[in-house]
Amino acid sequence: MTITDSPVDNGVNVQALLGAREALSASPEAAQFTWRASCTWRNGTHSHSTVTGFTGLGAEQQHRVTYEYDVDHPECFASEDNGATPVEYVLVGLVGCLTAGVAAVAQYRGIQLRSVTATIEGDMNVLGILGADPEVRNGFDAVTVRFAIDADASREDLEALIAQSQKRSAVFDVVTNPTKVLVELA
Amino acid sequence: MIQTTAVVVGAGHAGLAMSRRLTERSIDHVVLERGEVANSWRTQRWPSLTLLTPNWQTRLPGHDYAGDDPDGFMPVADVVATITLYASLVGAPVCTGTGAHTVRAAPAGFQIRANDDLLRARAVVLATGACNLPAIPAAACAVPASITTLSPLTYRDPGQLPDGGVLVVGASATGVQLAAEIHRSGRPVTLAVGEHVRLPRSYRGRDIFWWMQATGLLAERYDQVDDLTRARHLPSPQLTGTPQATMTDLNTLAAQGVRIVGRLGRIVDGVAQFSGSLANVCVLADLKMNRFLNRADEWATASGLDGELPPPHRFAPTRVDPRTPLELDLTSGEITTVLWATGFRPDHSWLDIPVLDRTGHIRHDGGVVTGAPGLYVLGMPVLRTRASTYIHGAGADSAALAGHLHSFLSSSTRASRSTRGLTKKDAPS
Repeated sequence: MTITDSPVDNGVNVQALLGAREALSASPEAAQFTWRASCTWRNGTHSHSTVTGFTGLGAEQQHRVTYEYDVDHPECFASEDNGATPVEYVLVGLVGCLTAGVAAVAQYRGIQLRSVTATIEGDMNVLGILGADPEVRNGFDAVTVRFAIDADASREDLEALIAQSQKRSAVFDVVTNPTKVLVELA
Repeated sequence: MIQTTAVVVGAGHAGLAMSRRLTERSIDHVVLERGEVANSWRTQRWPSLTLLTPNWQTRLPGHDYAGDDPDGFMPVADVVATITLYASLVGAPVCTGTGAHTVRAAPAGFQIRANDDLLRARAVVLATGACNLPAIPAAACAVPASITTLSPLTYRDPGQLPDGGVLVVGASATGVQLAAEIHRSGRPVTLAVGEHVRLPRSYRGRDIFWWMQATGLLAERYDQVDDLTRARHLPSPQLTGTPQATMTDLNTLAAQGVRIVGRLGRIVDGVAQFSGSLANVCVLADLKMNRFLNRADEWATASGLDGELPPPHRFAPTRVDPRTPLELDLTSGEITTVLWATGFRPDHSWLDIPVLDRTGHIRHDGGVVTGAPGLYVLGMPVLRTRASTYIHGAGADSAALAGHLHSFLSSSTRASRSTRGLTKKDAPS
């Protein structure tokens, strides 16, 4: 079954993605993207971030609207809980990225999805961030994602789907591999 | 100035196969070889290496394996002997000790500088191989100076390594074979594993290459494979050339005591950081192995062979230790050697013709180099079929490219004659 003949519709435009892959391979400078967010401190551990534009395809690009995020710590950390914690945003990013990958790979492989839900958990020993135990790292000890997928496909095909979505996921790469981070004063 | 119709650069199996094809077509040529025949096999391969393909499959045009161990695997010394014998059998016009220092475009062809000689040729076939240089990641510059570093091109045997632990980076055939060999020498080995290809040495009583040939996998053409870039950069399968070793996979190595860790990401302040993607790359490798075994079983059923072959079975999934470390301190003294088994790249530094893509690979269409009529490349992974990666693939590839080269010579002869006012019927057919 070719893609164009396929009645499968997960709402993913695979042809456009394949076209982009071909076009960007031919002009690698357009493939260079820069993603951005801006953050303003409110009070205490509460901050407000916005996401508006990014650079890519050789030009400045705009989201349809500006997206806004409140970031805070929970009340058990003596904070006001005005938003999700930063580490929860990391989880949101990872599971959102993997879910998008599941839909795209399913579309490409001709698998019709009826429902996809996922839960994600990150285990963390907070003695690390509290500076109470130098042996404990600040970040997650482990992250577990559990997908429940209802689709016309064998369990093996679904396992292949989530494996391939990890392989192509930007956030999975960000979380599992070291990244050079530079933080400086403006 | 020496004039010849064609120049073949490299007297390995591919260059010699091409020489035979050109001789068959009475195309006057020379084969330039920087060292001796089979030079890379003589000087850049570790002595315990054996071919991954069984002897029965290790054939070149007009020369099938005739020894008494068709199911065995040639050690590197026998590969050298086979290729050397082949050079004399085909009477290849090899100039040894004659490296090509530059190849550049010239009027009506190419100019090749080799030692102090200048050659002119209308066609050039690049057969210098895909494994001239080790492909070593940028992280290598951060390895502490106290550590010995090696690539498979400089590795000979464990005896050349200092005592102490060894970090082998990369889990292709090279990485797993060297990890096993070094671990057997008593040096504790840590193996850093990224994407890899897991396959059994044999399945249902037949060698895996028998299955790859029988199912038509090796015959898949470059213009039909789903993702050619990926196919051409696929790591070699985790196999050893010994019929006894059913598996040289991560489970086997782990059972022997090799410590398996994720892909090497960075080295910061002497601490190597490994990827947390190990579980997924193992799942991917298991899925791909099983996909091929499914294809093998379907083929066997469709071919009516289920009665004569042992029944299908599946191998245990790759086990990943949940306590796999994400860091390894290279300054603690535990590790004394890092071996980069991270792949190879061809060396085209002597090629003064703009035919390389931005990653340094030659742009070509099944070996016909793009944008340089008369220039060909041979002996590269998945050049024309998946078999191109292996020695026997040079047979069909050299036949196809010699045919193309012959037509090119004929058509360019017609073109140059017609510019001198001759009619087309004067051109050789």
